[in-house]
Amino acid sequence: MLLEVRDLHVEFRTRDGIANAVNGVSYTVDEGETLAVLGESGSGKSVTAQAIMGILDIPPGKITGGEILFQGTDLLKLKEDGRRKIRGAKMAMIFQDALSSLNPVLSVGAQIGELFTVHKGMSRKDAKAKAVELMDRVRIPAAKERVGQYPHQFSGGMRQRIMIAMALALEPDLIIADEPTTALDVTVQAQVMELLAELQRELRMGLILITHDLGVVADVADKIAVMYAGRIVETAPVHEIYKAPAHPYTKGLLESIPRLDQKGQELYAIKGLPPNLMHIPPGCAFNPRCPMAQDVCRADVPPLFEVSPTRRSACYFWKETLDG
Amino acid sequence: MPEPEPPEPYSSGGGRVPDDGGAIAATGAGGAMDLATSEGTTLEKTPGGPEGTGPAGRPRSLWSDAWRDLRRNPIFIISGLVIVFLVIISIWPSLIASGNPLSCDLAKAQEGSQPGHPFGFNGQGCDVYTRTVYGARTSVTVGVCATVGVALLGSVLGGLAGFFGGVWDAILSRITDVFFAIPVVLGGLVLLSVVTSSTVWPVIGFMVLLGWPQLSRIARGSVITAKQNDYVQAARALGASNSRMMLRHILPNAIAPVIVVATIALGTYISLEATLSYLGVGLKPPTVSWGIDISSASQYIRNAPHMLLWPAGALAITVLAFIMLGDAVRDALDPKLR
Repeated sequence: MLLEVRDLHVEFRTRDGIANAVNGVSYTVDEGETLAVLGESGSGKSVTAQAIMGILDIPPGKITGGEILFQGTDLLKLKEDGRRKIRGAKMAMIFQDALSSLNPVLSVGAQIGELFTVHKGMSRKDAKAKAVELMDRVRIPAAKERVGQYPHQFSGGMRQRIMIAMALALEPDLIIADEPTTALDVTVQAQVMELLAELQRELRMGLILITHDLGVVADVADKIAVMYAGRIVETAPVHEIYKAPAHPYTKGLLESIPRLDQKGQELYAIKGLPPNLMHIPPGCAFNPRCPMAQDVCRADVPPLFEVSPTRRSACYFWKETLDG
Repeated sequence: MPEPEPPEPYSSGGGRVPDDGGAIAATGAGGAMDLATSEGTTLEKTPGGPEGTGPAGRPRSLWSDAWRDLRRNPIFIISGLVIVFLVIISIWPSLIASGNPLSCDLAKAQEGSQPGHPFGFNGQGCDVYTRTVYGARTSVTVGVCATVGVALLGSVLGGLAGFFGGVWDAILSRITDVFFAIPVVLGGLVLLSVVTSSTVWPVIGFMVLLGWPQLSRIARGSVITAKQNDYVQAARALGASNSRMMLRHILPNAIAPVIVVATIALGTYISLEATLSYLGVGLKPPTVSWGIDISSASQYIRNAPHMLLWPAGALAITVLAFIMLGDAVRDALDPKLR
């Protein structure tokens, strides 16, 4: 197992109180496997990723429980120095907005090359040659001519390719992509996702793809974890979840995708708003918005029920959801 | 570069794609290339060739780019020339003024322009031209030393407070508040009136003491802004250490406001020296300074305005030159304006 997150809890201490951003998340990623983490804003998907990377802002954030096993070692027990050596070399992250994630005053070649000078102690010249090679690899045309240019001289898709090049530079074992295509337009999204999936296959990396775009997920992911209010509500292999969701929230998400055969009809929307993380409703966090909610949902937090050996759902009525 | 195959610059990029059959991949890459091609061609027009034939060959770094911008900026050229000229005459005033600023002839007091003495004489019968030239040395020394001191002290303290935050930040912010509460002129009157030395150092020391909080606050603010940028987080996610993040990712992005404010402040320090000297607590004779000359000439402004106008004009031009320089440097250091 490449990565195993076990019962992770993260909270943020703010002036108004404690926000429980992650409340017992567990998932696993194997080598060469793609896990898509799906959820609305504030569902805890990015915070989990930041906790794995070790770039959570502490304070205000605080990891209050759980384990993050990466290649067998618990990252949460490592000192900052040890974690820094893993970041970039063994796990890397791709951020949502490539323009703001690239330093505007350094040329892209210098930024890619920095990884080699820092982690591998290469000379600047060798690092630059490596940067050109990587830019070539993520299919940036005329890489040799463009290596000295600055981030603002590239288009959005090209910038995201540069971010991918930086993340792949040291051939890490795990890549976390935090909404890598959200800031791009639709055609470029497809190209970037295609590239990312291809490189991932080639290098046999584990990939955690954080997104709220179900369309992106369908093509590239092996399995899906759906998050709501800091908990995983459903995990399943990707095609099974599209065929028949086992949690009302997943079902709601799938029904709110616009479809060609529904042209002219009103688009389905899940009623209500995601809960305030400082006051998560008792019982199942989704119960105030759930069409199937019963008394039991308001009283007890549902555990993850085994739907099939590869599938879990945190709903007391998963059977009914699956059939209906 | 040794590769002799410039006619098809994109061959290497396309050639690496293994699956030519994949229609999506092919169109995808093609679309991306179109984008890049249009960018690439506009870009290639400027250099004129692939490998640094022209001086504008390829962008190397922020600073070399900034320098290239500055060289084309008339405001920078004019203010730069004025400043170079000021620096030269403050090092070698005898190059353009042969007289002695301290040898005066009372018989010629307040006389106007005459051959050999284009600016006339002051109230003590000293040559105004010579004194104006010699006064540049004091002004430039005070301005440069005070600015360097303020910039170093202010940006180091402010930068560290901004980066680490927490208790140190709180303590430093309260200290700067205290300093901001001291009125400069009043503080100068109190602190400098007890100083008997006639060198420039007490005045410089006073300016550093009262000036650093301003720069420390700016440095702190811009470090906090730069620290929150996604690319600092991204650098951290790729394994950069604290010192590397500070020096390579935060400092270059936070330093521009400090440089700009410092350059502009340089002008104000020069005029502050004049103000303090005018009030009689700054420099003292026999030091030659524009402030002292403006002060002593102000009593005669109705009878002999030339005694006031020349040193005051020199002061105004110097201050303006430094402020314009600061402005030009700010524009050049902002990569988004390029």
